[in-house]
Amino acid sequence: MSAPLLQVAGLQKSYNAPVLVDFNFALRPGEVHALIGSNGAGKSTFARILCGLTADDGGEMRFCGQAYRPKSKREAERAGVVMVLQELNVIGALSIAENIFLNRLPRRGGWVRFTELREKAVQALARVGLNELDPAAPAGQLGVGHQQLVEIAGALARDCRLLILDEPTAALTDPEIERLFENIRRLQTEGVGIIYISHRIDEIRRVANRITVMRDGRHIATHDAGDVKLAQLIREMAGHDLPERRNSRGSAGGEVALSVRHLRAGGRVRDVSFQARRGEILGLTGLIGSGRTETLCAIFGAEARDGGEILVEGNAVVIRSPEDAVRAGIGLVPEDRKQDGLLLAQSIRVNTTLATLRQHAGKCGWLDGRAEAETAEKFSRQLQVHCASLEQAVGELSGGNQQKVVIARWLARDCRIMLFDEPTRGIDVAAKDTIYQLLRDLADAGKAVVVVSSELTELMLICDRVLVMSTGRITAEFLAGEWTQEKITRAAFSGHFEQREGAG
Amino acid sequence: MKIQSKKIAEYTAMLVIWLGLVLLFGMLSHNFLSARTFAALANRIPALVVIAAGMTLVLIIGGIDLSVGSVLGLCGSVLGVAMMDYHLSFWAGTMICLGIGLAAGALNGAISVGLGIPSFIVTLGMLEVARGLAYLTTHSQTKYIGSEVEGLSGPIHGLGVSPAFFISLLVIVAGQVALSRTVFGRYLIAIGSNESAVRLAGINPKPAKIAVFALLGFLSGLGGVFYTSRLGSSDPNAGMGLELSAIAAVVIGGTSLMGGRGSVVNTFFGVLIIATLEAGLAQVGATEPAKRVFTGGVIVAAVILDAWRRHLHPANRSSV
Repeated sequence: MSAPLLQVAGLQKSYNAPVLVDFNFALRPGEVHALIGSNGAGKSTFARILCGLTADDGGEMRFCGQAYRPKSKREAERAGVVMVLQELNVIGALSIAENIFLNRLPRRGGWVRFTELREKAVQALARVGLNELDPAAPAGQLGVGHQQLVEIAGALARDCRLLILDEPTAALTDPEIERLFENIRRLQTEGVGIIYISHRIDEIRRVANRITVMRDGRHIATHDAGDVKLAQLIREMAGHDLPERRNSRGSAGGEVALSVRHLRAGGRVRDVSFQARRGEILGLTGLIGSGRTETLCAIFGAEARDGGEILVEGNAVVIRSPEDAVRAGIGLVPEDRKQDGLLLAQSIRVNTTLATLRQHAGKCGWLDGRAEAETAEKFSRQLQVHCASLEQAVGELSGGNQQKVVIARWLARDCRIMLFDEPTRGIDVAAKDTIYQLLRDLADAGKAVVVVSSELTELMLICDRVLVMSTGRITAEFLAGEWTQEKITRAAFSGHFEQREGAG
Repeated sequence: MKIQSKKIAEYTAMLVIWLGLVLLFGMLSHNFLSARTFAALANRIPALVVIAAGMTLVLIIGGIDLSVGSVLGLCGSVLGVAMMDYHLSFWAGTMICLGIGLAAGALNGAISVGLGIPSFIVTLGMLEVARGLAYLTTHSQTKYIGSEVEGLSGPIHGLGVSPAFFISLLVIVAGQVALSRTVFGRYLIAIGSNESAVRLAGINPKPAKIAVFALLGFLSGLGGVFYTSRLGSSDPNAGMGLELSAIAAVVIGGTSLMGGRGSVVNTFFGVLIIATLEAGLAQVGATEPAKRVFTGGVIVAAVILDAWRRHLHPANRSSV
């Protein structure tokens, strides 16, 4: 066994909540070491710390035998640590060669030396097996797979000794994946250490030497890839169930309020069918990219639908825009409230009445300021919005109170079907509780409530039923009490491994 | 009411700035502080006032309209042709003018909103198209019309100011009331604040956006009528560069170029400030180029001051 290339001990990081707790990790030269875990396990945070994008809170890292603590991406790259991000950073209008050497173009007195650039680019491309590419061609003409290889070529051209790949195959076709794997093997023989982050367990078992499972920011186990069972990995990713289950009541609900049949949208939602009943809280979960958010957006008309039908209380409705959806009695609390929910510079009153302005106006469109103030007052009190006055700009409120204002808007509208996308993201614990209670109150008032969340514990706490999505399809349904973290995690990953292995 | 008092404080601030400017020129030139100066001022600005009022709404939704000066020129030209070549009455000609302005504005809105093209580009195109049409309709000739149109811009006996001035005041009041007291106005502010949020609140923002451009086109037509009536003749070159004065007035009035915040009343003060500056500088003997240099400086200074004030008091960003 060779000396480790990277040794991490007791790494700590927390934002509001701990993200990495006493995390240990080791990588040998020439090794592909896969990191797996559910959403929020801390994989990406660890990667960001390694490549200098985020500062850690404590712990020790040694790289090539020396203490390592990069303060910036530049410093990490100088040390030989490079990450290829999930989203590609290729600039389409520039040539392939310029993309590879963007921040270190060979130059003399401000003039780029194109001959030298070309020679270096040819070498860099050859290293990832792209001999046939013309370095002068615009990078935008390349397919996603090639763009990614170009990025990797750029990484290697920096004398990279540790390469971090975050979901590298997410956008690749099968032949492109094969090509990537070939390159990974080539790099291994050169002694480059590779950290490979992915949800795709079948791929990981092909390419990785070792697999480390993370959960809640902790190191759970490290296995040799050859002899670990899928079932064991899933058990480790899922962890133990919390004994507590509050609020949810099992098979709840009256008549069907919302039926979705064979919904398809974009590439992310491939075939989704489900029903939501009055009086129930229905959870929808899955890994990031499994199509949860896109499903909500497609139902709400915020994203174009390619197929499928939507029925509200048994009647087919045509939803081409959010306007249609709201008219049909559907409300959506979006994932990113600042981007898609709030008028940050405007007051609580203005934000609360946005979806009900017509009800607050006379025949000629004349606004009744007093009625508006009453509505804002009523729902702010009901939701316990903490504010100086109803005329305060919502941009000045805390995240939890901002979310309450978005919810108040739909309460004012009295929608029969409420869709929530990550309703408690970035919200403190106390406000979370208020929102959980509110979701239950809505259900008790006879509304159908659909909640998308990445936090399994949250869904298990509040939902009557949970649907699990994986790669654009619903792969499992659980009633309260039937579920375990392990079952849900298995279903969430199920689109990523072949079914025959799933039995293992 | 807290909002009302905040608004009144803003209006007062603008009024004080304008009065300061008036006093300054009063001290620099003995002839400035006279009834004649103010009457001339009031009779010069109506076209700019109505266009700047409409421009305020366009800037509030985060758009811009560069074609207003050309549309004014086109409408004025058509008025001349209608009255002199086709012997239509002033009122009939006015109706045609307003119709053409409305159509030009609606076209601006339909293209930029409907096809998702930045309004800067669309209205830049309209700037050329409308000016070209103005030359075509008049064969590049100024047409003298005479007393039939001049009544609108002539001082009302005993008051010293013209009907056009009163109409422009009416437009300001109506614009402000529409902005702050109607569903339409609220949609405009909401769209300018966060269009995505408006859409996801189940509101289709497109009709309101198109309507705003159409409204500004209509007001440009009205501006064309005022302009023609003040000159007593229709001039295809009328309103050249007016888009810049209008935008300047709106910005001096504190409306954000980023959208979501603005006041029509403050735009009126913005127009007063620009017009007073020009008149005052002329009185103290500044040359035309010097006036332009100075006015340009004031516009930039006003925006810097506004940004600075908002930086100090972020709560002032709230505007409804």
